[in-house]
Amino acid sequence: MRSMGVAGAGKSRAVKREITVRVDGIPRRLSIDTRMTLLDALRERLGVTSPKKGCDHGQCGACTVLSGGRRVLSCLTLAVTQDGAEVVTAEGLTAEAATPDGRHAGRDLHPVQRAFIDCDALQCGYCTPGQVVSAVGALDEFEKGWPSAVTKGLGAPRLDRAEVAERMSGNLCRCAAYVNIVTAVQQAAGAAAAQRTAETEVAG
Amino acid sequence: MTFPSEPDAVGRDLPRRDGAAKVLGTATYAYETPLANAAYLHAVQATIARGRVTELDTTAAEALDGVVAVLTPSSAERLASTEDRELAVLQDEEVAFRGQVVALVVADSSEVARHAAALVRVSYAQVAHDAELRADREDLYAPETVNPGLPTDTAEGDVDAAMAAAEVTVEETYTTAMYHNNPMEPHATTALWDPAGDGFLTLWDSTQGVHATRAAMASVFGLDEARVRVVCPYVGGGFGSKGQPHVNVVLAALAARAVPGRPVRLALTRQQMFSLAGYRTPTIQRCRLGADRDGTLTALAIDVVEQTSRIKEFAEQTGVPARMMYASPNRRTTHRLAALDVPVPSWMRAPGECPGMFGPEVAMDELAECLGIDPIELRIRNEPRVEPGSGKPFSTRNLVGCLREGAVRFGWSERDPRPGARRRGDWLVGTGVATSTYPVARMPKSTATIRREGDRYVAEIGAADLGTGTWTTLPQIAADALGVPVDSVDVRIGDTDYPMASVAGGSSGMTTWGSAVVEAARAFRTKYGTAPLDGDEASGTVGPPDDRYAMHAFGAQFAEAHVHRDTGEVRVPRLLGVFATGRIINPRTARSQFIGGMTMGLSMALHEKSVLDPRTGHVVNHDFAEYHITANADVDEIEAHWLPEHDPHANAMGSKGIGEIGIVGTAAAVSNAVWHACGVRVRDLPITLDKVLHALEAQSER
Ligand code: FES
Ligand code: FES
Repeated sequence: MRSMGVAGAGKSRAVKREITVRVDGIPRRLSIDTRMTLLDALRERLGVTSPKKGCDHGQCGACTVLSGGRRVLSCLTLAVTQDGAEVVTAEGLTAEAATPDGRHAGRDLHPVQRAFIDCDALQCGYCTPGQVVSAVGALDEFEKGWPSAVTKGLGAPRLDRAEVAERMSGNLCRCAAYVNIVTAVQQAAGAAAAQRTAETEVAG
Repeated sequence: MTFPSEPDAVGRDLPRRDGAAKVLGTATYAYETPLANAAYLHAVQATIARGRVTELDTTAAEALDGVVAVLTPSSAERLASTEDRELAVLQDEEVAFRGQVVALVVADSSEVARHAAALVRVSYAQVAHDAELRADREDLYAPETVNPGLPTDTAEGDVDAAMAAAEVTVEETYTTAMYHNNPMEPHATTALWDPAGDGFLTLWDSTQGVHATRAAMASVFGLDEARVRVVCPYVGGGFGSKGQPHVNVVLAALAARAVPGRPVRLALTRQQMFSLAGYRTPTIQRCRLGADRDGTLTALAIDVVEQTSRIKEFAEQTGVPARMMYASPNRRTTHRLAALDVPVPSWMRAPGECPGMFGPEVAMDELAECLGIDPIELRIRNEPRVEPGSGKPFSTRNLVGCLREGAVRFGWSERDPRPGARRRGDWLVGTGVATSTYPVARMPKSTATIRREGDRYVAEIGAADLGTGTWTTLPQIAADALGVPVDSVDVRIGDTDYPMASVAGGSSGMTTWGSAVVEAARAFRTKYGTAPLDGDEASGTVGPPDDRYAMHAFGAQFAEAHVHRDTGEVRVPRLLGVFATGRIINPRTARSQFIGGMTMGLSMALHEKSVLDPRTGHVVNHDFAEYHITANADVDEIEAHWLPEHDPHANAMGSKGIGEIGIVGTAAAVSNAVWHACGVRVRDLPITLDKVLHALEAQSER
């Protein structure tokens, strides 16, 4: 075998852009290759490794983050499109768990995270941050009354097994914690509903 | 002291100790190890299945801004050992399978590394390849042994004569597909070569065994083991594919040694994992059963044909469970391999038992059908009193208990045995049963150290937690062995700086590491009594297994299948498993293991199949869009239960391994349920609608 050069091969240069993204509440400024995904920018440039790479093709959900409050696959999102965006990873959900007066500030877990631990909705943990963020996004969509493929009729959907499973099916889990994930999401939704009722009563 | 007969911490439903780190995403996996100034590696793969690389043009790749190094067979260092040809990467120009690594690129960013890898131009001298597994190949051969060193063939009595004389026989061929482990965390390694002195290699590798990986890498690179450290606190799933190092570890280390002092990160892409990270061979199983009218087996045979790669042999022990599951005076099991130009097969959850309990367990259902005997009753009638073959007594064998308990929980007694007799709306409904088994394995070597640190006890052992729960369950064992509250015990695992631990494989982890921890606790108490001082420490080592007994775990799995009468779509709304696996260390993590295994079994039954195109040697469906694994909406009710069992011969804890048995038998239970629903025997996995549709059409014409 011999190695051989191509005559006149020139330097090819990546296109760079400066962007600022708020990640888990902290503004982060960085210069990126425009081909870089949000997932790679988070993991490889910012050292934010809570979102995971399972496929890099939008097929597994391990990379799920919230952007502008909605769940997105960060491996299918170019970082350059996120200039000025508010990105939240599973690690940053703890801040959301804090009440406005800061009583639960610190490492308090989000109710979804607590429910995942309670229900053993994880094993190896690699899909877990994506599952957790996806569940937070899914519950918000459900709250807003968005239907899913299995929602029957036009009334408000009920959060039964089939609804949760459908809404969480963008997140694969090879350890197959699915049964417990569904229970955890329902438990977290129940806790959130109870919390709201209590707040209404206090306010009322 | 030994282990308390009435343990306190063992058996408690404790949450995972690593739960918070995992729900936050702060648990650090191999690729994520925080290290400054890391470089990124991307591999270039062969696009032919057999031949030679004749030319590698790296000019354009090297010209790219940010490229640090390009390694080819002519520029990569010579490895000290090339004995394991799967690991002997970039050592010559031979291509032995499609997807083999022929060059690698190291760059400042993963984007540039990937771009540069695409610019490497490779020319080949292609040779005709052969990548097609068929049972009628003339070059099938008998391997010396089958994994993990078991006899290739066994024979007792005269199967042919018994089949000829039998009142009822079943003789069918069953097949299982090629499967890829597909842990969610890709195979990943971060490597750092510190050139100071004689040099030191650190590998943060996603592995089921840090010590096994260190031993392999020390040998490949000709380094003293003292100059290699492997670290792996968390594994994002492995299911066997991270049980032995694959080429990613060697690539990362090669690259790191080419850029001394700079960490190099490598994660295989999902697509690359289909050629570089092992898989389960497809199997062709010819099964024969002969029985009396009352259902007593007189003959039992399984002849297995499967594949291996031309460069490295792996012989899946598919025929092995048929050697001990049921009594039969005449028995024969054989394994024959085709050595093909394909990627190297390896371990995948319950190698042997998983595929090997498909054919025989569907065959048992077919025999029950022929005899008009309930399939549970048929199995009970063939329960052996001692282990067939060896003649050894079973340490514990509660298969019948699992079948009976499962029958009650599942509501089996109301079952009408006729196939195709129940309908719910547009769905044909059926139920099926199959059994599970897995051997109790104990690895020969593992050591644990227990130390007093302040007011706490710390157990150290280089064990692994692949989601199995080791972080949580080892402290439970240590606490009981020391006679202290579980809250006062910490463990440290996943690092070759801790005492040597065996690989997490063959469901041997708890038996092996747990036994070492119990021994260490015993030594600690003997030396220091109950009032140890800060810094006191003692070690213990796993002892040999009790060879007087045959030790296996057992289970029974029940499935409900729905087949759509128009489309043939198959759904499984209910799976129920009952297991007898010794003492359960932690019911919460145990249940997750069982359910996880059963769900993977469901995935095998309905969805999974790697499609290898023999014309190219390429797995064409090499991603999650086309290699479908069970998603949340594919699952409905899945329940796992277990019988109270304590196996005094298995280990000090009385436990048996549980990581693999859950996947064993599921696919057979589903196939049996599908037959009961619609009357079609699906003997070839996966059970897709095209395999039942023809019969549904025929039925509707009637
Ligand atoms: S990594 Fe983004 S969906 Fe898989
Ligand atoms: S917990 Fe392992 S992949 Fe989901």
